[in-house]
Amino acid sequence: MVSTTFRKFQFNIQPSTFNISPASPTFAGKIVQHMKSANRVDKYQHHDYYLMDELLDEEHLLARAAVRDWVKSEVTPIIEDYADRAECPTHLFKGLAEIGAFGPSLPVEYGGGGMDEMAYGVIMQELERGDSGIRSMASVQGSLVMYPIFRFGSGEQRKKYLPKLGSGDFIGCFGLTEPDYGSNPAGMVTNIKDDGDAYILNGAKMWITNSPVADLAVVWAKDEEGVVRGMVVEAGSPGFSAPEIHGKWSLRASITGELIFEDVRVPKSQVFPEIRGMKGPLSCLSKARYGIAWGALGAALDCYDSALRYSQERIQFDRPIGQFQLTQKKLAEMITEITKAQLLTWRLGTLANKGKASPAQISMAKRNNVHTALTIAREARQIHGGMGITNEYPVMRHMMNLETVLTYEGTHDIHLLITGYDVTGLNAFS
Amino acid sequence: MKILVCVSKTPETTAKIAFSADGKSFSSAGVNFIMNPYDEWYALVRALEVKEQVGGEVIIISVGGTDYDTILRKGLAIGADKAVRVDAEPVSSGMVSAQIADYAKDQGFDMVLLGKETIDYNGSEVGSMLGELLSMPFVSYASKMDLQGNTATIYRDIEGGEEILEVDTPFVLSAAKGLAEQRIPNMRGIMMAKSKPLEVRPALNYEPKVEVVAFSLPPAKSGVHLVDPDDMDELVRLLHEESKVI
Repeated sequence: MVSTTFRKFQFNIQPSTFNISPASPTFAGKIVQHMKSANRVDKYQHHDYYLMDELLDEEHLLARAAVRDWVKSEVTPIIEDYADRAECPTHLFKGLAEIGAFGPSLPVEYGGGGMDEMAYGVIMQELERGDSGIRSMASVQGSLVMYPIFRFGSGEQRKKYLPKLGSGDFIGCFGLTEPDYGSNPAGMVTNIKDDGDAYILNGAKMWITNSPVADLAVVWAKDEEGVVRGMVVEAGSPGFSAPEIHGKWSLRASITGELIFEDVRVPKSQVFPEIRGMKGPLSCLSKARYGIAWGALGAALDCYDSALRYSQERIQFDRPIGQFQLTQKKLAEMITEITKAQLLTWRLGTLANKGKASPAQISMAKRNNVHTALTIAREARQIHGGMGITNEYPVMRHMMNLETVLTYEGTHDIHLLITGYDVTGLNAFS
Repeated sequence: MKILVCVSKTPETTAKIAFSADGKSFSSAGVNFIMNPYDEWYALVRALEVKEQVGGEVIIISVGGTDYDTILRKGLAIGADKAVRVDAEPVSSGMVSAQIADYAKDQGFDMVLLGKETIDYNGSEVGSMLGELLSMPFVSYASKMDLQGNTATIYRDIEGGEEILEVDTPFVLSAAKGLAEQRIPNMRGIMMAKSKPLEVRPALNYEPKVEVVAFSLPPAKSGVHLVDPDDMDELVRLLHEESKVI
């Protein structure tokens, strides 16, 4: 017997809930924008030909699904427009922080998520499935800013910066590459000179993701003995500037700039106390390259997913183009290469969880997966025909992004030489 | 407030639907499963908002096998305090309601929330059955709920307008779009969920009262047939002979 306790019974009739004033162009513009975005349905589904999900833990699957949901609701609807305008969706920094994409494998007390390296990998994969620029926002913040402060910073530096970096209240960037020193970072000319309780920093860094919007920069510079030191330099310090680099045909939704230091006074308390030499920045790069290996796989999966669907929908000669042998060859090769990259990446994640992933192993995965993703993006573009060059599909954007990913964090060629050095013992650089 | 949220597992909306050879069961091979969106986005999130507003506890419950654990763990990651899984295959709304009511009957819940329907079988039955079994009033299709003390003001979208009801706790409510906004679990929530309790309960003995005789797919779509606008005779012929609508 149900005892009903309803007390009030009332009807409100609402004849119209939607009023558009034609006199308000801004609002009308927003409606048009909204309608355009609403049309962009993200039908992406994960592809797991070798049932690799059986090798992942529940937390990895939950993390992947959560980031995928976030990308579908926050990134897909806006990314083409931002990439088109070459504008960084800086509002996503806060969202990335809220889902926990900044330093997920760092300890919770230092602003991280307390997760393992595999979780970090699947998060980067899903972010780059959305866009390499969005993944770059997260990997710079996590691997190149939070990680060195966590690993090399003093207790005070960790306390001062890590929680606010984890929460997105601070945005960081990483200054290693210089205009004349890209693949050869050890030749850097940016330098610090002792001046009592501070160092005087001079020099310039180039191709710095996030620098124009950053609150702080992790900067690597040579001291008077020529030894590379790391330090946290706050934006707004006198002599510090970070002009934006314009005209990129790649990572258009990511903001890139320079870092210019003209007699910037850096208190000695801002310098990493222990770490000396190139192993400091290189260990950060290993961390970031690990994330890129996973991320590139995400871009490849998105291209494949879009191409597979298009091949079943596009009719030519009265049949779906997926029925043609040359289309099937492309798709078969794409999923084969994706599956190989997934196996490589999963194994790398397993090694990383044990602290056993060597820089050379990470280098191989970065090189292989980025090159694979770029090849897949080009093949996927062909399957999409003319539509493949438009922003109705994500493929051309991924392809252009991957041209950067092929070069940054160690170029494809340099990574070949790292593997070459590792297997022969003969250093091609010297 | 002590709140129970019933969560179900459903195929992803993009899943290809197929049935077993005998036509009596859904074929789950190759299908990705998710938490029923009405349970997750609206019922669970509104329960968490109430807890954040007035304090209390949010418990999620499912009837299902170990394959439901990932769904429940997600609910814990979004913010539920505890999960309960009744260890049995869910065979009908009657069976699911009986299992949930058996757990809930002496737990002193102030509210039992669930989605207005699951997106697979669209039964919309469990809520009303729970109301009956727990002797609580049931409000369906709620798109808004405000709480003052122990009295909830509940808004229901109805044809051409809305209906506003007041009801005292305890009650059962089924959630429609608008009741809350989806919350995506964050990484910290996912890690915290690992240490939250997930209780597995043996199922109550239940004699099925309804039997599924067969499932069938809708007839395949034949595609679009374009007719020359000048050829009305052809249009009439097609409507008459092929579609048989005139």
